[in-house]
Amino acid sequence: MSKVYLALQDNDEARYIVEAIEEDNPESTIIHQPAMIRIEAEGYLVVKRETVEEKMGRDWDMQELHLSLITLGGNVDEDDDQLSLSWNE
Amino acid sequence: MSIQIKTSTLEPVRNTFAHIERRFGDKPATRYQEATYDVQAETNFHYRPLWDPQHELNDPNRTALKMADWYAFKDPRQFYYGTYVQQRARMQENAESNYAFFEKRGLAERLPAEVRDLVVRFLIPLRHLEQAANLNNMYGTAYGYGTAITQALLYNAMDRLGIAQYLSRIGLILDGNSSDALQEAKGYWMNDAVWQPLRALCEETLVQKDWFELFLAQDLVIDTLMFNLFYVQLDEKLVADDGQDIAMLTEFMQEWNKDTSRWLEAVLKIAVSESEENKTLMTEWISKWRGKAAEAFAPLAIEMLGEDALTIALAELDKRVAKAGIK
Amino acid sequence: MNKNKVTTMAAKKLSLKEKYSLLTRDLDWEFSYQDRKDAFPMEEFEGIKITDWSKWEDPFRLTMDAYWKYQAEKEKKLYAILDAFAQNNGHLNVSDPRYVNAIKLFLTGISPQEYQAHQGFAHIGRQYGGVGARIACQMQSIDELRHVQTQVHAMSQFNKYFDGFQSWSNMQDRVWYLSVPTSFFHDARSAGPFEFLVAIGFSFEYVLTNLLFVPFMSGAAYNGDMATVTFGFSAQSDEARHMTLGLEVIKFLLEQHEDNVPIVQKWIDKWFWRGTRLLTLVGMMMDYMLPNKVMSWKEAWEVYFEEAGGALFKDLARYGITMPKYAALVEKEKEHISHQAWWTFYTHGHATGFHTWIPTDEELDWLSEKYPETFDKYYRPRWEMAKKLEAEGKRFYTKALPQLCTTCQIPMLFTEMDDPTQIAYRDTVYNGDRYHFCSDGCKDIFHDEPEKYVQSWLPVHQILQGNCGGPGVEQVLSDYYHFNVGADNMDMKGSPDEKRWKQWKGVA
Repeated sequence: MSKVYLALQDNDEARYIVEAIEEDNPESTIIHQPAMIRIEAEGYLVVKRETVEEKMGRDWDMQELHLSLITLGGNVDEDDDQLSLSWNE
Repeated sequence: MSIQIKTSTLEPVRNTFAHIERRFGDKPATRYQEATYDVQAETNFHYRPLWDPQHELNDPNRTALKMADWYAFKDPRQFYYGTYVQQRARMQENAESNYAFFEKRGLAERLPAEVRDLVVRFLIPLRHLEQAANLNNMYGTAYGYGTAITQALLYNAMDRLGIAQYLSRIGLILDGNSSDALQEAKGYWMNDAVWQPLRALCEETLVQKDWFELFLAQDLVIDTLMFNLFYVQLDEKLVADDGQDIAMLTEFMQEWNKDTSRWLEAVLKIAVSESEENKTLMTEWISKWRGKAAEAFAPLAIEMLGEDALTIALAELDKRVAKAGIK
Repeated sequence: MNKNKVTTMAAKKLSLKEKYSLLTRDLDWEFSYQDRKDAFPMEEFEGIKITDWSKWEDPFRLTMDAYWKYQAEKEKKLYAILDAFAQNNGHLNVSDPRYVNAIKLFLTGISPQEYQAHQGFAHIGRQYGGVGARIACQMQSIDELRHVQTQVHAMSQFNKYFDGFQSWSNMQDRVWYLSVPTSFFHDARSAGPFEFLVAIGFSFEYVLTNLLFVPFMSGAAYNGDMATVTFGFSAQSDEARHMTLGLEVIKFLLEQHEDNVPIVQKWIDKWFWRGTRLLTLVGMMMDYMLPNKVMSWKEAWEVYFEEAGGALFKDLARYGITMPKYAALVEKEKEHISHQAWWTFYTHGHATGFHTWIPTDEELDWLSEKYPETFDKYYRPRWEMAKKLEAEGKRFYTKALPQLCTTCQIPMLFTEMDDPTQIAYRDTVYNGDRYHFCSDGCKDIFHDEPEKYVQSWLPVHQILQGNCGGPGVEQVLSDYYHFNVGADNMDMKGSPDEKRWKQWKGVA
């Protein structure tokens, strides 16, 4: 299996998103780098709107992710409720 | 070690980039200036494009219009990307609250059936015209010359996509998201006899080669007539027929037109006053496309508004052309 | 008047995908009055077969209203930071004035290419017949315009206090080393619309751009440059969309027709090679130009290409796509190229628009540690020699103009990988003229389209032919390149940049 990943700017918004990702992807690894946070996992990673909303305590649109997103690796599937990354092998 | 910073030693070495200084003098420049002037490369192109070997990659000769300096086309709005998106974000926030209000109050259900039919038959199909306008403005972005005008064309192209999407949303509001209204409107665009000349005109614009001629055909001639017929005259008719609430959904287009007109009229004036040759060329182009467009809009204007409507719209176009310095 | 009211059902909820499709995909129509091929005339000449554009999957379903909203928010944040940077003299917070030279190379070498990307995506954003892909390209076009403009604005503050930025507009299409990135993008833009996307959208954005932006922006963060960090990461937030577009287009082409597979593979091979050659400049920036270092070029290559790219090509294997040709060679080259490049710039430092220098002893030790296989053996001795000469007051500049590779236009500085003391030369004769190359990769590319690459505007040839003014190099630098000779070029030591910095910092 190959790693999928995404990197977020290290800002306040991103901390909630990272928290949500950690909860939804217990196998993921969080790496703090200068000014950015990289999250990687084997094969599959998902960001769920509901979990982020829970962490932030407000409505959150999936597309708001793009305000903090720096880069990603993997095939993207985005809808109203989640964005997932995966490799087909 | 304590760091001492004396203000006198922090005098800048220069105020701006060399090419900006050559144009505007040695003084602090605006963000519009630094983002616009001389940004596009002008020389030493390595390879001829496979898709257009007669021209260089960036080539002023993709139009017959001649300019000594293509950066004469200053945008009076001074839009660079940042100011453009922030201005449009304000407009879209306003539009969003209008659309939300319209939906929340169920205003679609209060519209008279005639108004609904008018909107579906005459307003919604315009989204396809907007799509042609998007492509035609992209054409100028891609093959035009000098960042001053090409960036403004790109902003206009994106505006037109946005407007096409707002028009589509009006359809979805009217049909409860079933997309029936959109399908019905597309049927008119494709098959209704009164729409066909206009659709044929749009298709004709999409095969044009001279980008400045195309700019005049689309942004001046077609758009002036379109705006007057649909957002002025049809709007008045809708108000008269108890459909004034629709105006909430077209406020974006009203604001867009005001904003874009300022730029369009500046471009016309600058191009005309450049030379007699440009003036002659533009006069020919405008008259050619005025003729085509008048024919293409005629059946639609009559069916939608009556006999005088097109005359009023053409007068608006003529006024605009005269204002630019073309008889 | 009939006052019958419209009756509508309760509005059904549309998913993002359905909504996007209705608002975007459905705008297109079948032509009745013109041949659609005249409106979209460029789709076939490359041999790519598109049987059904409707199979295109939009990865992100961004409508214009959302685009304006989110992009405006990004811009607001970015410009607030740029304003604060200017007001607080943020340029004084960089780690070391040498750092600024890295961003000189960025503004003169990368920003103009963002503009070319904007132009190229505008071109295919007009030419693609499929509305979904076309609109994604249009959005990328306007994003790329954003990038060049925010970069110019971020560097505007540096330009006020440092040399080497002020003539970027004139330099972009003239200066010898800038023809490397410039010709790269000219090559892509002059190709057909699908090759352009494979070149820029896939090979560059997806496979290689992380190597440019992510370590470099982290580098800016490590070196106290908030302006660059901010525009860099803000630009990267668009990049996620661009990378995904690149990948989706590749998958789309491969799924449309099996005949597309060998064409796409050939383009991947070409653009991977051209991209890695271009990134030599980035490798050099990372290893030599950042005073506080984040990671070595070699480490960045391992994380962002070998690991991430490896996963990608495993994923594409199901279409019959294999790792790019010469990927194995590049794995060896990662040990060498940054050292070979910086040495070349150091020795031609009189003709570069930024300053060069000998790494400090700590930096030499860092390089030894990061490149245990190669640095001490091949490269450290050169720097020790340069140090000795400099100490004797004999800072060394090569007077001869370098020979350039016809394809990538980099001076002949790369060595054979089985003998790193031997410069690699390849050549070929075409229509009676001899052409020179730095590598088999560059020679292959030439051979596939010789009629294209014989057109290359090779800066050194042009100087020798008298097309760039003269007679001497100094006149070329000042009159044709618009360098401030004596300020922009030469060694960091003794430069006006260095003098001013010391004044600002109150050190002798």
